[in-house]
Amino acid sequence: MWRQVLALIVKELLAVLRDKRSRMVLVGPPLIQLIVFGYAATYDLNNVPIAIYNQDGSAISRDLVTRFAGSPTFHLVAVLQSDLRINELIDSRQVQAVLVVDPRFTQSLLTQVPAPVQVIVDGRNSNTALLIVGYANTILSEFALAWDAAHGNPAPLAVLDVRARYNPTLNSQWFIVPGIVAVLTQVVTLLVVGLSVARERETGTFDQLLVTPLRQFDILLGKGLPGLVIGGIEASVIIAAAVWWFDVPLRGGLLPLYLGLFLFVVAVTGIGLMISSLAVTQQQALLGAFLFMVPSIILSGFATPIANMPAWVQDLTLLNPMRYFLVIVRGVFLEGSSVSSLASQYWPMAVIGVVTLAAAAWLFRRRVY
Amino acid sequence: MNTASFRRLRGLLRKEFLQILRDPSSLAIAFVLPAVLLLIFGDGVSLDARNVPLALVVERPDTFTASFTSQFELSPFFRPRRFFSIQAAERAMAAREVEGIIWIPSNFTRRAVSGGNSPIGVIVNGADANNARIVEGYLQQVWANWLVAQARAAGRPSPLPLAAEPQVRFNPAVSSRNYLVPGLIAVIMTLTGALLTALVIAREWERGTMEALMVTRVTMREILVAKLIPYFLLGMGGMAASVAIAVFLFDVPLRGSLEVLTGASALFMLAALGMGLLISSFARNQFVAGQIAIITTFLPAFILSGFVFDINSMPRAVQIITHIVAARYFVAILQSVFLAGNVWSVILPNAAALVAMAAIFLGAARIVARKRLD
Repeated sequence: MWRQVLALIVKELLAVLRDKRSRMVLVGPPLIQLIVFGYAATYDLNNVPIAIYNQDGSAISRDLVTRFAGSPTFHLVAVLQSDLRINELIDSRQVQAVLVVDPRFTQSLLTQVPAPVQVIVDGRNSNTALLIVGYANTILSEFALAWDAAHGNPAPLAVLDVRARYNPTLNSQWFIVPGIVAVLTQVVTLLVVGLSVARERETGTFDQLLVTPLRQFDILLGKGLPGLVIGGIEASVIIAAAVWWFDVPLRGGLLPLYLGLFLFVVAVTGIGLMISSLAVTQQQALLGAFLFMVPSIILSGFATPIANMPAWVQDLTLLNPMRYFLVIVRGVFLEGSSVSSLASQYWPMAVIGVVTLAAAAWLFRRRVY
Repeated sequence: MNTASFRRLRGLLRKEFLQILRDPSSLAIAFVLPAVLLLIFGDGVSLDARNVPLALVVERPDTFTASFTSQFELSPFFRPRRFFSIQAAERAMAAREVEGIIWIPSNFTRRAVSGGNSPIGVIVNGADANNARIVEGYLQQVWANWLVAQARAAGRPSPLPLAAEPQVRFNPAVSSRNYLVPGLIAVIMTLTGALLTALVIAREWERGTMEALMVTRVTMREILVAKLIPYFLLGMGGMAASVAIAVFLFDVPLRGSLEVLTGASALFMLAALGMGLLISSFARNQFVAGQIAIITTFLPAFILSGFVFDINSMPRAVQIITHIVAARYFVAILQSVFLAGNVWSVILPNAAALVAMAAIFLGAARIVARKRLD
């Protein structure tokens, strides 16, 4: 019996790997995407183009302007002499923020009246806008505290001493690259299994498979294992790249990581096979693959936190295996999590895997056209 | 185009429309997919941190520390929980029960009164760096407001002698939904466009019907045009549904004109469908076409379009790569047309880029599809 299953597995692997274009799709694009996305997907602000309109002109206001222009976050692209061009620069996205220093700035500071300054930000990208306001506030507070100290004003009652655990420099690449491990592993696994049954159904060879002595379980094994093997190998390459190319610290052990990877690939294989067996044509299978892949990535916590979602969407994400694997992969990388602390993430993926694989096997026979 | 050619085209169009109507999956892709995805994502995708669980550790509570901590109880951004020791709070953070810790040490009040600069320990979970930074920004606001209020109560000049007013244009409430929904439309329409056409030519090859078409007088250009027109209409229908959902359900302002939006959408649709036709002509079998569609459409449109990740912050080399992603131009147009209005300095260059992308994809599909039997 094992010989027959083995033969089926070999046939499935050949079906995926024999076509040159298919082979190319499985190997090239995921690795290119890992590198490109690893650098592209960042929430860190660098070189934000800004303009400055300083109506004050004293040495004091020039010190404030220098603090903005000298910051690595901002990149000064225009010094304005009037407010005429502010709207045009922001509308056309040439600058993302404008610092406007009021003519009464120095005079107000010297007479201990709150000194007016304004930061105008382009809100079309609200996240960037929020971060720009945060950075600008930090620079303004630093300036204010330095002013207090230099002019013998009493020190503020308290100061914040902020530290970040697990990622002290708040480098968002450390958060995103482990996420890309999960995203690309899922995409590759879906590429292998998502269309496989539908293709055989459309060409009629699946009926031939059903009349062989192979049991449903054997067919399941033959269809599922290639996804598991190829998904597992590509995931390992991507993990290696995260560690050695992107220098993301791998603080935990390989056991909690690979246990999670195994359960995740099993769950995705199950979902892929289930979609594939439900579909009558490859067009339908492709639609199904997208209908699963897109929400599972967007609602996984990969780019936007699950905690920010409304309750009903949060409940929906409980069905999403990637949600659990992201916690595992980030936990093991950054926090050094152990198997026991991640137990609550392992079992839901195992349940999803078992249920979807069983459903796929059941659909093999029930859905004959 | 002469009358014979026109008649042939009409026949082909009739065939395509019948095929669409008989396999409901194309209609599902055009209308159900965008509507469902937009409904879920419009609600679900948000970068606005609210009710961040926060641990408060006050080692020696008194009225002075209460004046500070009460700020957190009133803030919509935080959901504070009391812990009696920093160790217990650290354990809660390791278990992901809280996102941050505010630690007010026992000598806090004494140091604040005697010399100032009394440290407040703030520990945030930096694993999600973006969220950590947003939380840190909220905390700084709370701290600054408290300092100013304390100084005012004591009749002293403010320790932060600046009256800084941030003014966020186009989106004064800094709602992430207003900016994410237009981007989502671009991402979803990328999928719809490619999905609609990615298999249609490959299917003809695989089933052998392409050979049947090739022995007729029908030219390859007529085949491509006949594939383009019905799916273009379907795609524009899906686009209209998405815009209606965005405006009426999610209350995203539409400040630009509907004509500009329609024009830009038509250009983008041509580029997206052209990409699907190119994939389909290149792959010649549905399995490979499906694989290429999965890998080349969604993730690039999601990550490289400027929809969530700001293109300005990417390294130069990656910024150059983003230029081959059609969604990038559409996202820029949509964000401006929805939130800012008809800003021609944004719309014209991006529309020109879309024209170029559409021409390249459709032209390439034409060249690849010309190839004869092999």
